[in-house]
Amino acid sequence: MTAAELSERLASYLTRATGGAVAIAGLRQLPGGASRETWAFEATLAGEPQPRRLVLRRDPGPTSVDSDRAHEFQILRAARASGVPVPEVYWLGDDPEALGARFFIMEYVAGETLARRLLRDAEYQHARGVMTAQLGAILARIHALDTTVQGLDFLAAPRAGRGAAQTEVERYEQLYRGLAPEPHPVIELALRWLETHLPAPGRETLVHGDFRIGNVLFDADGVRAILDWELAHRGDPLEDLGWMCVKAWRFGGPLPVGGVGERDELFAAYEQAGGGAVDPAAVHFWELFGNMKWAVICIAQARTFLDGGVASLELASLGRRTAEVEHELMRLID
Amino acid sequence: MQDRPTTLELLAAVRDFVTRDVVPTLDARRQFHARVAANVLAIVERELRDGDAQLREEWTRLRTLCAVAADRDGGPHDVDDDVPPADPATLRAAVVALNADLAARIRAGDADHGSFRAAVLHHLRATTDDKLRIANPGYLEEASR
Repeated sequence: MTAAELSERLASYLTRATGGAVAIAGLRQLPGGASRETWAFEATLAGEPQPRRLVLRRDPGPTSVDSDRAHEFQILRAARASGVPVPEVYWLGDDPEALGARFFIMEYVAGETLARRLLRDAEYQHARGVMTAQLGAILARIHALDTTVQGLDFLAAPRAGRGAAQTEVERYEQLYRGLAPEPHPVIELALRWLETHLPAPGRETLVHGDFRIGNVLFDADGVRAILDWELAHRGDPLEDLGWMCVKAWRFGGPLPVGGVGERDELFAAYEQAGGGAVDPAAVHFWELFGNMKWAVICIAQARTFLDGGVASLELASLGRRTAEVEHELMRLID
Repeated sequence: MQDRPTTLELLAAVRDFVTRDVVPTLDARRQFHARVAANVLAIVERELRDGDAQLREEWTRLRTLCAVAADRDGGPHDVDDDVPPADPATLRAAVVALNADLAARIRAGDADHGSFRAAVLHHLRATTDDKLRIANPGYLEEASR
């Protein structure tokens, strides 16, 4: 579908959804987003003098990792109600006929997501200094969200008698066994390590599941919004802290938390904001788990390309990024 | 025999064209994808140059590991005069089969401790280093600092 066609279909969808004529302008695709498309546009709604700046999130086609637009929409709404900085969501397009794939439309929040800008641009020097503490405090808020009150019963939860860590390890082990076109002894070694180092079950909370630089919208003052909730589930809150420390999310930066902060600083801010005591050994487990998970996601993305579902060079090249993650796993495994 | 430029020289020329001439003319999103394309070409160049030698070394290391494991199991292991298959497709298939065998041993707990674990870790560190020498040598340099 061309941008012009999408713009036209978007206008007729919003016209139906709002019950008044809607004019669309400036539709443009935002960079990045291997597993879904993100488009920015301006919409002038009937009776509103100023156009609204909006964002469309749309599935590009079949993907290997679960991603359900409706659930992401509901989670964003619940997170906002609980004081987590996220864009406000407006319309959910459950009918894939309307725009060729499932989608939702949300508020456009101005800011940057590119890690290399955060790490290098002079404009973000202050942001680099305050971000780790902000992220720790936001995580504490996410983990305090009551999923039963907020109607998020659909979230995947730890299997009965299994515990969060074992459930998550098994989830990605199953994905790996179903998808990997060739054997990966390093991933086997990591799975074996994880199975023999499971942390004792602790709190069970909402887990963002993809809390990292790249999914954080920031400006000169630091965090503006937390994006990409499609991997949210119920589990061990320390999973999010470990994922935040995964090497891939440092983007070449020198420090362990997103390239910009120290682990101690993240943990202290989390505890101070009411997140509960952080056991660094358990976070280490989740960091190793996170690297295994990222390796499996790289393989899954490459598999999507290999199966011909999405003709994307970016997905194809992720197959070769698996080597970086395997190298990091070999560094973490003792 | 084909005339010069060689395969590697042609690929380098295409990569230079993408980086120097194409990237500056594109919008941000396509620039990102064009850079990904140039990077993929660089991977292919390095693999054409060093891939076969690496694969032969991985095969040799894996055969040695299998011999250690077979020795422990008390099975036969006359692999001293082994040479890797000459045909690249056969070699690749042989390495896949050996990796499947190693993966199964790890899964069964054979590499949980002791000298076999040490040998497996040593082999896998060498293998991941080699994979990075092709997929992303800059990452390996950074990580070794």
